[in-house]
Amino acid sequence: MRYLPLDAVDRALMLARVGVSHIDEIFADIPADKRVSGLLDIPTRKSEIEVERILSSLAKRNVAAGSVPFFVGAGAYRHHVPASVDHLIQRSEFLTSYTPYQPEIAQGTLQVLFEFQTQVAALTGMEVANASMYDGSTACAEAMLMAHRLTRRKKAVLSGGLHPQYADVAATLAHMAGDEILRLAPDILASEDIAAAIDDQTSCVIVQSPDFFGNPRDLAPIKAAAHAKGALLIAVFTETVSLGALRSPGEMGADIAVGEGQSIGNTLNFGGPYVGLFATQSKYVRQMPGRLAGETIDAEGRRSFVLTLSTREQHIRREKATSNICTNSGLCALAFSIHMSLLGQTGMQRLARVNHANAVQLADRLSGVKGVSVINECFFNEFTIRTPRPAEELIETLAKKGVIGGLPVSRLLPKAGLDDLIVVASTETNSDEDRAAYAAALAQCL
Amino acid sequence: MLNNQGRPTRSGEASTADTHTFTGNRALDMEEALIFETGRLDATGVDIDEPSAFVSRLGAHARNSEIGLPGLSEPEAMRHYVRLSRKNYSIDAGLYPLGSCTMKHNPRLNEKMARLPGFADIHPLQPTSTVQGALELTSDLARILMTMTGMSAIAMSPKAGAHGELCGMMAIKAAIEARGEGATRNVVLVPESAHGTNPATAALIGFSVRSVPTGADGTVSPDAVRSALGPEVAAIMLTNPNTCGLFEREIAAIAQAMHEAGAFFYCDGANFNAIMGKARPGDLGVDAMHINLHKTFSTPHGGGGPGAGPVVLSKALAPFAPVPYIVARGDTLDFVEHIEGSQAFGRMTAFHGQMGMFVRAIAFILSHGADGLKQASEDAVLSANYIRVSLNDLMSSPFGDRPCMHEALFDDRWLKETGLTTLDFAKAMIDEGYHPMTVYFPLVVHGAMLIEPTESESKASLDLFIMTLRDLALSALGGERERFTAAPRRAPRRRLDETRAARQPVLKWTKPAPA
Amino acid sequence: MSQVRYSKDHEYISVEGDVGTIGISEHAQAQLGDVVFVELPAVGDKLAKGAQAAVVESVKAASEVFSPVSGEVVAINSDLESEPSLINEDALGKGWILKLKLSDPAEVTALMDEAAYQDFLKSIA
Repeated sequence: MRYLPLDAVDRALMLARVGVSHIDEIFADIPADKRVSGLLDIPTRKSEIEVERILSSLAKRNVAAGSVPFFVGAGAYRHHVPASVDHLIQRSEFLTSYTPYQPEIAQGTLQVLFEFQTQVAALTGMEVANASMYDGSTACAEAMLMAHRLTRRKKAVLSGGLHPQYADVAATLAHMAGDEILRLAPDILASEDIAAAIDDQTSCVIVQSPDFFGNPRDLAPIKAAAHAKGALLIAVFTETVSLGALRSPGEMGADIAVGEGQSIGNTLNFGGPYVGLFATQSKYVRQMPGRLAGETIDAEGRRSFVLTLSTREQHIRREKATSNICTNSGLCALAFSIHMSLLGQTGMQRLARVNHANAVQLADRLSGVKGVSVINECFFNEFTIRTPRPAEELIETLAKKGVIGGLPVSRLLPKAGLDDLIVVASTETNSDEDRAAYAAALAQCL
Repeated sequence: MLNNQGRPTRSGEASTADTHTFTGNRALDMEEALIFETGRLDATGVDIDEPSAFVSRLGAHARNSEIGLPGLSEPEAMRHYVRLSRKNYSIDAGLYPLGSCTMKHNPRLNEKMARLPGFADIHPLQPTSTVQGALELTSDLARILMTMTGMSAIAMSPKAGAHGELCGMMAIKAAIEARGEGATRNVVLVPESAHGTNPATAALIGFSVRSVPTGADGTVSPDAVRSALGPEVAAIMLTNPNTCGLFEREIAAIAQAMHEAGAFFYCDGANFNAIMGKARPGDLGVDAMHINLHKTFSTPHGGGGPGAGPVVLSKALAPFAPVPYIVARGDTLDFVEHIEGSQAFGRMTAFHGQMGMFVRAIAFILSHGADGLKQASEDAVLSANYIRVSLNDLMSSPFGDRPCMHEALFDDRWLKETGLTTLDFAKAMIDEGYHPMTVYFPLVVHGAMLIEPTESESKASLDLFIMTLRDLALSALGGERERFTAAPRRAPRRRLDETRAARQPVLKWTKPAPA
Repeated sequence: MSQVRYSKDHEYISVEGDVGTIGISEHAQAQLGDVVFVELPAVGDKLAKGAQAAVVESVKAASEVFSPVSGEVVAINSDLESEPSLINEDALGKGWILKLKLSDPAEVTALMDEAAYQDFLKSIA
C-alpha cells in the first residue's frame, strides 16, 4: 500500500521487540466476540489512477459554476481566487501542520492568524477578531450564546432578513440550550419593526446586512433600540466583499459582528469548508469563543506570536468554556488572509465596485424582461426578483437551458408564500454575455 | 589547473558560535515583518478593471470610512508567506507525534481530487439536479462510514469533531425529550480523562457534567459508571480507545449499564484510527460517535482546521438526525432540508457540511480499501507499542506494562529526581528536529507525554526517534540541565513569554503613534 | 492583628470585626504560577460557604476561588484588574481578592490556622 512505509520484515521485527507473535495479541483488550473477522464490506485498495477515474466521473456529474452563466449567492459567492493563493496554502508547512500549540516552531501559522485577526477587525470596523470559526452560520449561533453570557439574559430576536439557515442553526441551538428565541417573519423589503420586538428580557438582536434578500440595512437605529433595553446588536454578513462598499458593522455600532468569509480566498466547495469571521469590542474579549493569537516576545526579546487567553477555551475550562470549539478553519483563514493582503483596501474597494456594477447591470437587464421585477430599492451584489411563474420550476427550466439563475426563495422558506421570488447574485466572475444569456433564457421561459 | 582565482578551498575560520547578523536573519531562517508594516494602502496585487459608468444602488449605505489595509504585489505576497511557512514544523518535514491528533501523511491525490471543478466549483444551493455527483459521493462516504462503524444512520453536516459531539448530544437530547424525560434527565457522565470538548459540549446544551473517575489501570470500570448512574443521567461521553491510549475493555458492559438505566452512550471517536477494521462501535453498544475526517482520513489539519465531524447514530437515535440528509427519489438523489413532518432535531450549519473534506476522505478510503485501512490501524498500533517497549525502561508508564493502542502514554515520575519538567523535555525535542508529543494531557496523569506515531513512519524513522528520546532521557537522568531548560535554542524562536501575552493582550496590529 | 485562617481549597480569610478579607494562600499562588487575570465578584453578591467567589487565571489554568465562609461582598480589589500579578507578589497583602461581611462568624473558627494549614500542606505533598 503506497501510503504505508512498513513492510512484512519490519512488522516481524517490531512484533518481536514488542514481545508478541501476532498483531492480534496487541488488540487483546478488544473482547473476542466483538472483533471484526475478515475484512469490512468495502472495496479493497485502489491505485491512484483508479481513484482518479472514480472521482472524476462523479465530479463530471456536477455542473461546475464556471461552466455556465451562474447567479446563485444566498450565503456563498463565486469569486475569482488568485492562483498564488491556492499555491501558498498547499505549502507543506501550512497544509500539514497542527494547531500552533508549540509556538517556537509554529510562528508561521501564528503570525498569519495575527494578521488575519487584524484584517477582520479592520474590515468589520470592530476592535478585535478571533482566529476563525467553522462558518458564518455557526459563528452567528456562537455570537448569540456570547450575548447571553454578557447580558445574563436568554432571549434572542432574529430579524426576518437573516439567512433562513442561519436562523435554523441558531434556533436549534437555542432550543437545545433551553433558551428563548423570537424569529421575525420573512422580511423581503427590510420594513420590519425590530425595535418593537425588543424587551427587557432580550439579550440580543441578530440582523443581517445586506440581508438575505439583498437589502443593505441601517443598523444604527436598531443598535440604539437594543441598547436602550440593555440588549446587544449582533451584525451578520454573508458576503465579505460587501464590506468594501458598505458601512461596516462597527461604524453602525454593532457589539458583535459575525460573517461568512468564504468570498475571499475560498472556492464554493458545495458549502464547506468555509471560514467564519467573528469580531467584537475589546471589553467583551474574555467572553469570545475560539482561538486568539496574540503578540509577545521570546527569551531573546524578539517579537513573537502565541495563542493566548486560552483559559476561555475547552481544553482548559472544560464545562465552563465559552464554547466547545476546537478545530477551526485555519487553512481557509490563511486563504482569506493571503487574498486579502493581495487586494489591500484599494483592491477590495475596486472589487466591491465591480461586483456592485455587475449586479446593477444584471438588475437592469432582468427587470427589462416582461413580467419580472426587482423588489429591492438598494442592493450590493445580490437582489431579489419577482417572477410570474413559480420560482423553483423556473430555475429548473433555466438549468435545463444551461443557466443557473439564482436561488428560489421557497427552497429555504417553503411555506412562506414567497414562491415567486428568486435571489440573484452577480460577482466579478460574470461577463456581460452571461447577463445577456440569463435575460434571454428568462424571456424564453416566461 | 591551479586555483588562479584565489577562491578559498577550506572552511577556514568558521566558528560554531552564534553570530549576530545585521538583518536578524539566520541564513535560511528569515525574520519577516507584518504585512501592515510593508504594504502600502494604494497598492494591490490583484488587477481589476474599474467598472464602466453605472448608477449606484447603494443609497445611503455606502462606506465612507477607510478600511486601512495595505496591499502587496504578488512577488511581495509570495515572499511573505513562503518565509512565514518556513517557521512552521509540518508532517511533510518530520515525525509529528502529537497524541490524540493523528498527524499522519496527507496524500496529495486527495488535494488534487478536491480541486476538480466538479467538486470545488459547485454551489451548495444550485439545483440538486445539477449536483447529482456530489450527492452520490456524500451518500457513498456515508455508507462507508456506517459500514466501518456498524451503525445504522449518519449525520454528515457537522464541521469538526467538537461540532460532531454537539450533534450527537443534541440527538440524544431530542430522543430524551421525545420520551418526555427532557426535564428530568439532565446529567451527562464524563470520565476525568476526557477531552475538554466533551464537558464543554454537554454544558453548551444545558446538561450538567458529572465526573467519573478513571481507574488505576487507566480505564473506566462499569462499577464506577453504575455508581454514578441514576434516573437523572442522560448519557455518558466516553472516548474509545481512550485518551490514555488504552482500549476500554469493559466498554460493552458500560454500554449495557447505560442502556439499562435508560441512558445513551456517546463515544468520542477521536481515536478511531486505532481500530479501523478491527472493531465496530456499533457492536460495542455505542449510540452516537463522531469521526474526525481530518484525523482518521487525513483531510489534512491545515494549521488547525478545517475539519469535518460526521456522526454515526444507532437505530434509537436515527430518527432524530439533523437536516440536511439525502434521500433517493426514483433514480435521482435529493436533500431533505427542512425538519417539518419529521423528528429531526434541527440543523447544525448552513448548507450541507464539509464537501471539500468528504472528497479528500473518500479518496483516502478508496486508496486504502478495507485491507489498507485495517493494515493502517495495525501499523499505527504496532508503531506505538514499538515506541512504548523501546522507552519504558527509562521513562515511566502510568498504567504499567500493558499494550497500548495507537498512542503510548508516559508520565513524569521518571523525571522527578532531575528537577526537569515534561515541558523541558518536550522543548528539547524541538532542538533535535522533532515536534513534541502531546504534553499535560490527559489530565489524569501527572506531566503526561502522549506519543502517537501513526502508521506513516518507516521503521528507520521510528528507530531514530526512539534513539533520540533515549539519548535525551539518559542525558536528563545523567544530570544535564541546560539542554532542557534553555531549549529550544535552534528553533526560529526561543521560549515565549506567554504571561505577557495574556496580561496585556495585543490581538491585532495597530499603527504606531508618530514619534 | 487578626489571625489568618485557611480552607482546604487554599483560600485564606483574615477577619477584622465582622468583615473577612479573602484571597488565595501563598502556596496556591506558587502552584498556579503567573496570574494573568482575576474575575472578581460584584459588591453586593451574596455568597454561600463554598460558593464560587472569583476565578484566578494563569496562562494554562483557571482556578475557582471558593468562599471559605458565607456572607455578602462589601469590597473587591479592583487593583487586580490592571495588576493581577499582585497575587503572586503579595498574596496575603496587596493581592487580596474580596472582603465579605460575615453572616456566621463561627464558620471562621472551623477553618485551619496557620500551623494546621502547614500540616495540611505537608500531608498532601
